[in-house]
Amino acid sequence: MSCKFCKTKPVITLTNSNINLCKSCFIKYFERKALKTIRQYELLKKGDHVVVAVSGGKDSLSVLNLLNKLKDKMKLTITALLIDEGIKNYRDKSIEDAKKFCKEKKIKLEIASYKKNFGKTLDDMKKKNKNTIACSMCGVFRRSLLNKKSRELKADKLATGHNLDDEAQSILMNQLRHNIALSSRLGPITGVKKDPRFIPRIKPFYFLTEKEVATYAYLHNLVNDFNECTYCEESYRFEIRDILNGMEQRHPGTKHALVASFIEILPLLKNKFKDVEIKSCKNCGEPSSSEICNVCQVIEKIL
Amino acid sequence: MPKIILEKEGVIKQIVASTLKEVYQKLKINPTIVLAIKNNELIIESTKLKPKDEIKIIPVISGG
Repeated sequence: MSCKFCKTKPVITLTNSNINLCKSCFIKYFERKALKTIRQYELLKKGDHVVVAVSGGKDSLSVLNLLNKLKDKMKLTITALLIDEGIKNYRDKSIEDAKKFCKEKKIKLEIASYKKNFGKTLDDMKKKNKNTIACSMCGVFRRSLLNKKSRELKADKLATGHNLDDEAQSILMNQLRHNIALSSRLGPITGVKKDPRFIPRIKPFYFLTEKEVATYAYLHNLVNDFNECTYCEESYRFEIRDILNGMEQRHPGTKHALVASFIEILPLLKNKFKDVEIKSCKNCGEPSSSEICNVCQVIEKIL
Repeated sequence: MPKIILEKEGVIKQIVASTLKEVYQKLKINPTIVLAIKNNELIIESTKLKPKDEIKIIPVISGG
């Protein structure tokens, strides 16, 4: 029971390969794997302005930490962007973690709230719409606000802390809901068509598991605890996550296999959906595949 | 018996177990989605436990 490479005390057993790694070998493994993804899928170019979507949680602070380490070598400009949905006892705690981290590392932090941009906090929206699943409103607002603010900040890329577990869940959710058009927008760098109104979203942790990201965050002392959103249990994703976690325990490597299989067919999906026209929303002018964008549709329904 | 602290549930359990793997099996914990911490250090499933050990189990799932 020792690290495979240096024979010291291990901190993790990699589920996919059963290899034990110590703290320093694990950090090397983790950062090399993220860098490999960045190079292989051309997620970054020298001189890019990267806006990093941060929530103050383990995934986003880890990706911010990694990109901040790469900053000088790749001549990157880094800005952190935090979306404050207004979720009491959840977001208010993680905002403090994000502020503390950005202050320590001298990273510029921008905060955009639902209250200021949509007139209400998520808690208020949920109070008024008890039967609507919070994640279905929140996801639409968050994606839109991240894109809009990144564009205003003149970002070249919008980086997120999405990991292999998140991607495996999205792939399976879209399959089970026959929502393949949505899957065509997944992958380490998102988007099907280039449009200056959409900032390409990049996922450097695409091939790293949630446990690996949590281990990296713990070893860097990035977060105090791993909080779960209070609305999480309502979501379909939550069910899919449990199914996949059970499968991973019984059949190690399941999530890697699912994502690897998806990556092989992703070029075909992107090709199939490449002709989807991107219009401007008649209400707000934001880019949209339909006459009225998702945000305006949700606002019409719930506010 | 080692003391097992389940952080999310806010529960402390004492169980007979000689390794972390046995703890996971007895408490029906999925090892792929938790971190285990002893004396502020991460430990792995095959780590041998002593009767006076105190182990914190933290679920890695966050966000929503």
